[in-house]
Amino acid sequence: MKRLLKGGRVVDPANGRDGVFDVLIDDDRILRVGRDLDVDADTVIVEIPSGFVVCPGLIDMHVHLREPGQEHKETVATGTAAAVAGGFTAVACMPNTNPVNDNAGVTEYILKKAAEANLARVYPIGAVSRGQDGEQLADIAELRQAGCVALTDDGRPVKTALLMRRALEYAGMFKMPVIEHCEDPSLKADGVAHEGFQASTLGLRGMPGEAESIMALRDISLAELTGGCVHIAHMSARQTLDAVRYGKSRGVHVTCEVTPHHVVLTDEMLGAPIPYDTNVKMNPPLREAKDRDAMLAGLADGSIDVIATDHAPHHYDEKQAEFDRAPFGITGLETAVSLCFDRLVHAGVVSLPRLIELLSMNPAKILGVAGGSLAAGAPADITILAPDLPVTVSVATMRSKAKNTPFDGWQLRGGVAATIVGGRIVYRNDDAKLRL
Amino acid sequence: MKKDLLGIAELSSEEILLVLDTAEAMREIGQRPIKKVPTMRGKTVVNLFFEPSTRTRTSFEIAEKRLSADTLSIAVATSSVLKGETLVDTAMNIEAMSPDMIVVRHASSGAAHLLARICKSRIINAGDGMHEHPTQALLDAFTIREHKKTIAGLKVAIVGDLLHSRVLRSNVLLLTKLGADVWVCGPQTLVPAGMEQFGVRVTTSVDEAVADADVIMMLRIQQERMQGAFFPSLREYFNVFGMTAARVAHAKPDVIIMHPGPMNRGVAIASDVADGPYSVILEQVANGVAVRMAVLYLLAGESEGD
Amino acid sequence: MAVVMDADRMGRTLTRIAHEILERNTAPADVADLALVGIRTRGVPIARRIAQVIHGINGHEVPTGALDITLYRDDLMRHAVGPQPLVRKTEIPFSIDDKRILLVDDVLYTGRTIRAALDALIDFGRPKAIQLVVLVDRGHRELPIKADYVGKNLPTSLAQSIQVHLLEIDGRDEVEIQG
Repeated sequence: MKRLLKGGRVVDPANGRDGVFDVLIDDDRILRVGRDLDVDADTVIVEIPSGFVVCPGLIDMHVHLREPGQEHKETVATGTAAAVAGGFTAVACMPNTNPVNDNAGVTEYILKKAAEANLARVYPIGAVSRGQDGEQLADIAELRQAGCVALTDDGRPVKTALLMRRALEYAGMFKMPVIEHCEDPSLKADGVAHEGFQASTLGLRGMPGEAESIMALRDISLAELTGGCVHIAHMSARQTLDAVRYGKSRGVHVTCEVTPHHVVLTDEMLGAPIPYDTNVKMNPPLREAKDRDAMLAGLADGSIDVIATDHAPHHYDEKQAEFDRAPFGITGLETAVSLCFDRLVHAGVVSLPRLIELLSMNPAKILGVAGGSLAAGAPADITILAPDLPVTVSVATMRSKAKNTPFDGWQLRGGVAATIVGGRIVYRNDDAKLRL
Repeated sequence: MKKDLLGIAELSSEEILLVLDTAEAMREIGQRPIKKVPTMRGKTVVNLFFEPSTRTRTSFEIAEKRLSADTLSIAVATSSVLKGETLVDTAMNIEAMSPDMIVVRHASSGAAHLLARICKSRIINAGDGMHEHPTQALLDAFTIREHKKTIAGLKVAIVGDLLHSRVLRSNVLLLTKLGADVWVCGPQTLVPAGMEQFGVRVTTSVDEAVADADVIMMLRIQQERMQGAFFPSLREYFNVFGMTAARVAHAKPDVIIMHPGPMNRGVAIASDVADGPYSVILEQVANGVAVRMAVLYLLAGESEGD
Repeated sequence: MAVVMDADRMGRTLTRIAHEILERNTAPADVADLALVGIRTRGVPIARRIAQVIHGINGHEVPTGALDITLYRDDLMRHAVGPQPLVRKTEIPFSIDDKRILLVDDVLYTGRTIRAALDALIDFGRPKAIQLVVLVDRGHRELPIKADYVGKNLPTSLAQSIQVHLLEIDGRDEVEIQG
């Protein structure tokens, strides 16, 4: 079946495009991108309203789908539904499930669930170590074979420098990046918030930014030693960004990601509007304005490669607890696009093409998966965005099982009009008034 | 006053003074032959203590009984938390019995705020984690005012484990709101991040803190802190930071020494200082009942459905 | 606003009350047992003045105390949303056991304040007798309470209000009726 997306602003930095173009889709592939394309009688023509953006499908490379084992929080089905509602055509899911994704059995299970849901593509990330316990490497080749695209012990750092070295060397054979949750456990200790004035005021145990940057420096040094690829997950501290810049300047294969919440919020949210709001508790924590501003600068100057949500769904009962006890993490799939439009693009921090690099082109490159570009022959994974759509964030209408977000009620400008995976329209936003 | 007393942070200086003035009137009741007034007759107050406490709990109980309230104290053993019943569950179960007020002490900062959000009962924070202990700061202020007539302009030195102390935070907030010149002192490892932003002078020298002080407030030092490598030994702590008679001599001649209790004699404070002429430690305990009566009375007012 | 009692009148009224008190308590034992307790706030200066007049008459020092009845009010916790009434200190520096207490207030109205004061006094001890002294009785009793010594009877309507001003508190001696 042929479909023509006509007259949208095509933003495709991978192919150097930013302008009004038509996109011709044939079944599950992109046939051609251009102007005044020839179409035959049975091509479905979709008029893209003026101002709407057509871009390569967004890819969230840091998502916790919680299945197997924690289905009360989220499942592959609900998580991928949330993903497409958030404009993501693909997600990479973290292995800290129960059981841990450290073998082909779990990887295949996840892929099976993804196929059943048939919404967003799912790229599993396998564990670096068996059980993520930091003692022995997991069967990395097996994981690769089963479909894993990267490795991580996320939730914690790779336990020892030696193991990280080995992981980088071994995974390098398969061109798999090692994604690292950078944190020195002894400095982090039992911290629950960023170590600073806010935590001191509220009597919350703090973890300094250096707990993150120290580990980042370790991993960057090891990446230099081994020639392997390390990707710094959910960066939050300005010191970590400095470390990444240092590594890049030395030619180390280091990339990094930041979450939307770390570039929008600061630790002031701990005290207001809701003091001790557990929907503001995550790891790494929200930090000071200086850190948030450093991240914004990193997005603007190109030092940061990816925006990924670290979507961490938790059940309401788990979050309805005293701050110390509540689990870390907030959702992100269904708020990312609006936050990025409102606080980054409309605020003048990054251009729209740069945003698409951060949300699509670069994640695809780092994970080594198809996507991130609208080239002829590429899979028809396309996101249609409405940059001026007024959006009120509402947990009541979210497709994720989980409601743990601090953004409920926020009024933002910019949203998702439709999400297309392999040529199929898997999500359309009725508010966007896009006639598909 | 507002619906709950969660911390000094939410109180204006006028409200603080109102509590202190009301406590003056309440204190007299403890001196009568019949130490009771019918004011809170028919009101139910639940003392929900998740952390062990003799002093604060009994102080609240006496205060409640003096106001003729029906009082119920629940000491939640850690085991029931281990059994799986959460703070939220426990509180909701108690709420179901419609108490008018819940006095809560818990090991987690923010526990009182959480209860205030989910309970209709008025919540009084009797100490939440490392955050605040507002009635302690109020009774400390009452005691200071007794001796010094006014708080504005006094030099108050607070010495000890600053990082983990809720008594510190509440006192710093209250004393700065009322215009005192507050100096805090402790090992560098136990100074909270951003301490200067609280409007206090920070020093690691006890002599500097105590010089010409009108009030010296000692904080508890917990044994467990050695585990976190905060200081090498209790012996060393006492040598560097312990309040000895020699150190006290640098303060003003009419200095008063305060301590929230329980004291670690020979660690934070020398026995001769704790029992000496400057010490008002036992008065603090007596004043605690009057101050808590004042808080209970002032919060008891607004009618249901407000 | 109409002034129903000026400073001069008030002085003579209090003097007259003091004489009445002594007339009804002639036995020396009775006089020795007398004690004045003023109800805060304005009952207190009135009680003190009466004590002074009595001292002027026969040199006797009648012990005088101040009673705050806020915590005994029957309308606490029942009134509309708002801050709690201010509680002041009660200062009765003598035992009231076996005394003949003269409870003193500025205006007697519904009688509820007096009821609260009686409850409070009973908690302090067991007086031999309690009598009530008021500067103004404006009627409209809601409880069976009667004053033993009245400065002035002032029938009022519910719409009106009585303002007693005292030198010690308001800077002048005057009773006004409003409405």
